[in-house]
Amino acid sequence: MHELSIVCSVVESVQEAIRERKVERVEAVNLRVGALSGVLEDALLFSYEIATQGTPLEGSVLRIERVPVRVYCAGCEQESELASVQSFRCPRCQELTADIRSGRELEIKSIEIDEVV
Amino acid sequence: MSARIVELRQGILKKNDVLAGDLRQRFHAAGLLAINLVSSPGAGKTTFLRGTLLELHRSGRRVAALVGDLETDNDARKLAESGAPVRQINTHGCCHLEAEMIGNHLGDWRLDDLEFLFVENVGNLVCPASFDLGEDLRVALLSVTEGEDKPLKYPTVFNSADVAMITKMDLAEACEFDRNTAHANIREIRPGVRIFETSAKTGLGMAEWLDFLNSELDRRRAGAPVSGE
Repeated sequence: MHELSIVCSVVESVQEAIRERKVERVEAVNLRVGALSGVLEDALLFSYEIATQGTPLEGSVLRIERVPVRVYCAGCEQESELASVQSFRCPRCQELTADIRSGRELEIKSIEIDEVV
Repeated sequence: MSARIVELRQGILKKNDVLAGDLRQRFHAAGLLAINLVSSPGAGKTTFLRGTLLELHRSGRRVAALVGDLETDNDARKLAESGAPVRQINTHGCCHLEAEMIGNHLGDWRLDDLEFLFVENVGNLVCPASFDLGEDLRVALLSVTEGEDKPLKYPTVFNSADVAMITKMDLAEACEFDRNTAHANIREIRPGVRIFETSAKTGLGMAEWLDFLNSELDRRRAGAPVSGE
């Protein structure tokens, strides 16, 4: 259950990003989370409420975009999405492939804020 | 007042990644090989590492280890029996090690004098996967008592490993351990990964593992990429 520390990093980064701005309130934080990141969406959402209390992020919405695992198959010369993380095989030819092109993401994509003009 | 979207496109674990990158540079500059051991609690990390340290220390290799646990220094004391310098990291509830903890515990160790630095992570097959510690090799351990499907249940950790280590092989028969299935499951999650089978108790497979470590160190010293790169 390391989601709380991950969410705390998010809160810290967002606070840093808005420090120079006149922000009335943060409406939403948008994350991109890879299927191979080892992070659970439910645990992130649960931790978010706790971690944002008493910060400018309190009451904001956490949106999580799930990024699927994509692998490259040298045989097919094609990149494809994996249906699950239980098997790293090209869905076309069924060969194993270790060439992972996406799915490990753990990033803050953007924030939605109300700024004082 | 105006509503707007600000693109950040920033890694959530950026702080850890930056610190891990700094550690990796220090390790490279010192010419040492750093190895991060991850597994579930009870997979035999400490006994395996004690055996590894003992053999390397005996053969004149300069080794040191950091060991992470929520509480107690039991593991550090057990590892110190090998004769190698060992430091305990108590995370006090944190379920994984982070790069900052490694940096803080290296203390006055002269990295230039070391050839191998081992880090025994907190026993946990989920969280340590996300935290880079600046290691060259990540070794995921799986004991024969845990079942052959562990890699399928915890794909994130096994997929991030450079080496898969099957431990407690002396118990394989008693546990009706099916090695072919275990190997197939590991390869399904991490195609091409190097797999070792060992028993720190009987010494089975340890020579092959030590040969591998020494050859990886030679590669590092020669400026060639090691297995994790």
